[in-house]
Amino acid sequence: MSAFLTIEGLNVSLSGVLPILRSVDLAVHAGEVRGLVGESGAGKSMIGKAILGTLPRALRIESGRILLDGEDLQRMRPRDRRRLIGAKAALIPQDPLTALNPARRIGPQITDRLVDILGWRRRAALSRALELLDEVRITDPERVMRAYPHELSGGMRQRILIASAFAAEPRLIVADEPTTALDVTVQKQILRLIRDMQARHGTALLFVTHDLGVVSKICQTLTVLYGGLVLEDTTIEEFFAAPGHPYSAALLGATPKYTDPHGSLTPVPQSVIDAANAQLDAFDRARRQ
Amino acid sequence: MADARTFVSRRAGLRLWLSGGWLVLLTLAAVLAPFVSPQDPLAQDLFAARLPPFWQAGAEAGFPLGSDSLGRDVLSRIIYGARVALIVAVIAGTLTCLIGATLGLVAGYFGGWPDLVISRLVDIWMAFPPVLFAILLIAVLGTGLSSIIIAIVVIDWTRFARVVRAEAMRQAAMDYVASAQVAGRSRAGTMLREILPNVLPTILVLLTLEMGIAVIVEAILSFVNLSISTDQPTWGGMIAEGRLSIYQAWWVLVFPLVALFLTVLSFSQLGEGLKDRFDPVLR
Amino acid sequence: MPILKRLLLRLVTTFVTLFGVAVIVFVVIRVVPGNPIAMMLPPGAGEDDILRLKALYGLDKSIPEQFLIWLGGVLQGDFGTSITTRQPVLELVLSRLPATLELSVMALIIAVVAGGILALTGTRLRGGRVEAGIDVANGMALSVPDFLWGLVLILLFGVLWPVFQISGRVSPNIDLPFSTRFYLFESVLRLRFDIWADLVSHMFMPALALAIPLAAIIAQLLKQSLKETMHLDYVTLARTKGYGENHVIIREALPNAILPTLTLVGVQFTFLIGGTVIIERLFSYEGLGNMAINAVINRDLPLIQGIVILFALIFTMVNLLVDLTYAALNPRLRRG
Repeated sequence: MSAFLTIEGLNVSLSGVLPILRSVDLAVHAGEVRGLVGESGAGKSMIGKAILGTLPRALRIESGRILLDGEDLQRMRPRDRRRLIGAKAALIPQDPLTALNPARRIGPQITDRLVDILGWRRRAALSRALELLDEVRITDPERVMRAYPHELSGGMRQRILIASAFAAEPRLIVADEPTTALDVTVQKQILRLIRDMQARHGTALLFVTHDLGVVSKICQTLTVLYGGLVLEDTTIEEFFAAPGHPYSAALLGATPKYTDPHGSLTPVPQSVIDAANAQLDAFDRARRQ
Repeated sequence: MADARTFVSRRAGLRLWLSGGWLVLLTLAAVLAPFVSPQDPLAQDLFAARLPPFWQAGAEAGFPLGSDSLGRDVLSRIIYGARVALIVAVIAGTLTCLIGATLGLVAGYFGGWPDLVISRLVDIWMAFPPVLFAILLIAVLGTGLSSIIIAIVVIDWTRFARVVRAEAMRQAAMDYVASAQVAGRSRAGTMLREILPNVLPTILVLLTLEMGIAVIVEAILSFVNLSISTDQPTWGGMIAEGRLSIYQAWWVLVFPLVALFLTVLSFSQLGEGLKDRFDPVLR
Repeated sequence: MPILKRLLLRLVTTFVTLFGVAVIVFVVIRVVPGNPIAMMLPPGAGEDDILRLKALYGLDKSIPEQFLIWLGGVLQGDFGTSITTRQPVLELVLSRLPATLELSVMALIIAVVAGGILALTGTRLRGGRVEAGIDVANGMALSVPDFLWGLVLILLFGVLWPVFQISGRVSPNIDLPFSTRFYLFESVLRLRFDIWADLVSHMFMPALALAIPLAAIIAQLLKQSLKETMHLDYVTLARTKGYGENHVIIREALPNAILPTLTLVGVQFTFLIGGTVIIERLFSYEGLGNMAINAVINRDLPLIQGIVILFALIFTMVNLLVDLTYAALNPRLRRG
């Protein structure tokens, strides 16, 4: 079975000077839940942005391909690319407080993609939205549809954003640290909700996070990034049994365990970081030659 | 990134140089007016009325920018007009600044009833159409240089008071002010030693802008014939005359207008340039 | 409930402001040197004629007394009688108000349309030469006040390339079959587009002169807040839905960027109305401002009072209106 999303040799840089992503290879198959793990600045969010076409203006794709459902995004006309992404992929953003437009009611923010991009009838989009709000366990969906974002709690808004992401039945959803901005109590509910929705809809999920604890609960496969370089690409079972890279092992040691949340943590040792940085340098040298 | 930044600062630098250059030139001309102007600015010569500027047919030597309907030399009148404009700019600008900034500082830092009174006064002042207010004041005070200066101060102090008040309030809420007070500084001492230096860049920028505004107000007042005595040349007066004979002698309007335009633009660009240079607040 | 309270507070401060304006004008113009009565008398009038006239206009009483009498009149809609024309001030002022209102509103419309287009264009093409060009033009437009723009426009489009009228409100040879003084408005209602064109041709230059600085402010503020909005998460989310740049700017960013611009534009609009005084003079446009300057020159105290109060009333009303619009547009204030 070929992958729904394939990234091959993706290099992204800041104005051609500073490498952000270093020859990244990544594949997500239909229905797969893949974790994308790394510390902040490792470039994990940038992969999501590259897939969805929302890289900041200063960042440039230098080389490499992104294939979404077999289509090479870089070779498409911008308008076709946007529409393909809008139809087949979706984003669950990090911060529910800033990801809904404060000047617009909730309803249109869920239905707009269905009507404008996919050409649904308004009535159909509306009932679809109500159905989804119900599915993410929002009580009184009619009222919520007419509400403005500021009238709703953070947890409610994240549910709405999840509903909105699933609205068009996308084949791939990029979840960009979807629980980081939430209260710990809400975090678990939202995580469970994403997992349930994913299972029910069979959507592939690229789960961007720095939290290995979250990964262990939701993901089947895992990619570890450091400095925009893929260090390890493995399954969850293998990873937690025996991490394939010293950095991964160190990262695992630095993560609190669910079985023992108060156990002692070891920060990533300097020697491991030095080794990883040496690997980056070696990569850059090889590329320059 | 670095390229963009040097480009911006180079453009800002050019702006400062050009506007500063024009103002220096104007000041020199105003100071040396008796030596650099080709004619007596008041000398009428009906045989030399409405002479065109030097590049047109019919121009006469000694009237490089032409003459008006009474045969007075346009260039000389612009140079003498610069005296009035610059005196008003400097004196009115400075006085307005002193009074407005003081009130703003007091209102912003002390709060309470001084703030209440000053803010309410600002509100009332904002409800006056400024030009009409100025004209009214001149009618009351009588024409003359000091009347113009008083009118400008009375009208424009709110400009400083509003901005300085807001800025002083912002500064007063900061930690360094609290620590100065803990260290035993008096309220007035804190205001002058801690707040004022931090508000000073803002005040300087406003002062530069105010000078440009003062020049305009003077021109407007002399345009409606309410500035200083009618025989002293002013740019606004020249513009008013030029407006009347615009179809016969456009140069009587155009040259003082250019001088006024450049001066106002220079003051304002100088202010903007200073803002970019050292004031992160207004930027 | 908090909205109602805010509104009430606004109304109270509005009255305080208006009262303050009235007191100041009243006091200031009572110290005018130059006797307005003397100018009205025929040569050879005696002392008792002067006293009689002074009594007629109430000028023989003390200033506080005069103020109370005047205030009492104002509360009953009586603003006194003009000394020069001997017509009721209210009647005179209302006859000129439509001309000034039409001019101001036209200037506002020009400023909003031009400023809005510049801001949207600058945002769409941000980071490029077009945006840099817009910034430079804005800087120029902001540095120079309406009075100078008026003169420049007179030279450019009145003399050098005479396409517009630069004097008056309407050509003197035109008959105006109108029942109100809102000529521009009424000419449209009555489908008299010949007169409408003549009015616009007269009004366009002064309106443009007033509009240029305001347009620049709108362009600058709106562009800045649009650009800030463009970085926000909900805009990014809209992009992932498949929307292009134009849609994202207009539907996602604009509704949020308008609000911070609106309050500042309100204040600036009152500056624009204040600018009509000198611009009307410059273009010999028969509005309130022109009348005001004549009133000052003629020492027509009751008329000056009336006009200044009317201007103050307009300013405070504009501010009130802006506040209400802000509340109506802001979902956070609209509910809860």
